[in-house]
Amino acid sequence: MIEERLTRASGSLDRPFLSVTDLSVAFPTEDGLVQAVDGVSLAVEKGRTLAIVGESGSGKSVTAQAIMGLVNKKAAKVSGEIWLDGQELVGLPQAEIQALMGSEIAMIFQDPMSSLHPFYRIGDQIVEAIRAHRSIGAAAARRETIEMLRRVGIPAVERRVDAYPHQLSGGMRQRVMIAMALINSPKLLIADEPTTALDVTVQAQILELISSLQQEFGTTVILITHDLGIVADVADDVAVMYGGRIVEVAPTGVLYARPEMPYTLGLLSSIPRMDRALLDRLEPIRGNPPSPIHLPKGCVFQPRCNYSDRVPGQACLTVRPDLLPSAPDHFVRCHLRVDEREQISRDTLRVLAGGAP
Amino acid sequence: MTTQTNEILRVSNLRTYFAVKSRGIIPRTVGQVKAVDGVDLTLAPGETLGLVGESGSGKTTAARSVLMLVRPTEGRIELDGVEITSLSPRALTPVRRKAQMIFQDPYNALNPRHTVGGIISAPFKVQGIDPQGGVKNAVLELMERVGLNPEHYNRYPNEFSGGQRQRIGVARAIALRPKLIVCDEPVSALDVSIQAQILNLLRDLQREFGIAYLFVAHDLAVVRQISHRVAVMYLGRIMETASREVIYSTPLHPYTHSLLSAVPIPDPARQAHRKSRIVLHGDLPSPIDPPSGCVFRTRCFQAQERCAIEVPPLVEMAPGHQVACHFPISVEDLPARVEVQAVPADAGREATPDVSTSSVQ
Repeated sequence: MIEERLTRASGSLDRPFLSVTDLSVAFPTEDGLVQAVDGVSLAVEKGRTLAIVGESGSGKSVTAQAIMGLVNKKAAKVSGEIWLDGQELVGLPQAEIQALMGSEIAMIFQDPMSSLHPFYRIGDQIVEAIRAHRSIGAAAARRETIEMLRRVGIPAVERRVDAYPHQLSGGMRQRVMIAMALINSPKLLIADEPTTALDVTVQAQILELISSLQQEFGTTVILITHDLGIVADVADDVAVMYGGRIVEVAPTGVLYARPEMPYTLGLLSSIPRMDRALLDRLEPIRGNPPSPIHLPKGCVFQPRCNYSDRVPGQACLTVRPDLLPSAPDHFVRCHLRVDEREQISRDTLRVLAGGAP
Repeated sequence: MTTQTNEILRVSNLRTYFAVKSRGIIPRTVGQVKAVDGVDLTLAPGETLGLVGESGSGKTTAARSVLMLVRPTEGRIELDGVEITSLSPRALTPVRRKAQMIFQDPYNALNPRHTVGGIISAPFKVQGIDPQGGVKNAVLELMERVGLNPEHYNRYPNEFSGGQRQRIGVARAIALRPKLIVCDEPVSALDVSIQAQILNLLRDLQREFGIAYLFVAHDLAVVRQISHRVAVMYLGRIMETASREVIYSTPLHPYTHSLLSAVPIPDPARQAHRKSRIVLHGDLPSPIDPPSGCVFRTRCFQAQERCAIEVPPLVEMAPGHQVACHFPISVEDLPARVEVQAVPADAGREATPDVSTSSVQ
């Protein structure tokens, strides 16, 4: 299915709802070119949730910002194609991007105070978001605001609608931001680490809220996170990013059942698991993530990979691997042979499940 | 000075209150935040006690109070047999040799103007200790031990990644071979692949030097990985404490159940077939004006009238397993799904949360 979507993404008229083709974002700095995103291609169908997983510096947030048109074009070189619902976004004039933002596409961030103005009442801010995109009376906009705040689970709405952001708790502010993002029923919602700053009990509330609102409005969601637990909970498909590139894409069930890229396996081995027998030691990925200025020439993960010596001719050091299908739905960027990868995957998962290595 | 004891740390009835001041030219005290409100803890040598809770639960204040970084309002803290709350700051200095701290944010815990060598040698200088072979040799050995390249002795913190900075913090903490290290969210600012490296390092150091950890964290999976015993805090009080096995497999407190059921499981198949899911709506009540009786009652699916009136004491339900709840509930008795609408703390005494349960699998 993804293969179909990926091929469709490149050129034909019958595009998926959102398609990103060969997106690259580079920031020239004094120390050299920071290649934050390096040839990312994605496709998401309407109403589905795609999770982009990666660690800090993997390029996941910059990818989202590029889709939102939030990357400063003076500071960065952006190339590639982004099609949303039949419209090309890269190269669109600023005025048109602004008209799309908040109505067709909305974004929620890790820190709600980055999208809430501290000097204005929350109700007024949401009313402003409505009236920026629709011609609607102030009273009607306020009624709509109160209704939406109630929907996202703000208690005592009539009182809270006139509160300032600092008068609300972190979880409450996150809800206000979600209400503001969804008020114009956007077709695409990008959530960048929406629950990272929240406690687990509040996180569970927010995730349930996003998925119930998604079902109701048919919103397409891109969820950006480092938390593999959240991904398993809410995503339909997963893209794993590392060093600015997508290194593995698969439907969520497949990715957790048969992960193949050594980096994905490393991530799964690194996290302590509550649902499995306790391991005496975790198996972390050795070393540190690469500097985005000096990315390795071949495979970006090679310096931390335990299996690169199995590839003949030191290809991992010199040849950049492509994102190739391993199964119809499953794409992996790795030089290892498919049967080798499958064997490594089985062995790793057996150790994780508590079996003998 | 030390008396014979098999505990490295004994905390009894610890209370740390912060005054809430009114605005104006002459601020008056108008209230108190009871950040820690009657906490008892013990820690054996070489043991790890995980202290978990949500933000605002008082876990960090409790940890800081244990090291007297925040002066407790009340209570006794015995560190290796010495009562320390009555000591003057000067008399505390030699005590600090035995207890060190690792901080959450490795970017703010290290002085950016000092070299790594300077940072790790600081404990020796403060305590006036001259180790065999000199301070520099000791520091180089420490760097090697925590996985830093000793050649980076003269580098500054900004030249290191987050994980490496946390290693610097660990090296500084173990420099004087303390008996206790208080770790305040030591891995929560790190990427998952680096988190595991630091957790393994802490465990290895514990086995090598017999250090006891008071490990404060909000991530229940991390706490399970490293702790021998776990204490669950909520609004300044301990709700439940038990061995790791018991807390994660047979907890009794409704709050512990709620926390465990909120942790996402990184496996879609298992996530879909969770035995029970408890969804708490609403946030932690304000610690300035905590609910009467049991502090958790405003979000509790077991709450009844009695909970608003009587504070539940921490009762020993089984050896080593203490629960502060009037109506503890075992895993088997949990409904498949519970939704709890929190009641405001100022609601009437008879008010109990709006609970909807379903037991259909």
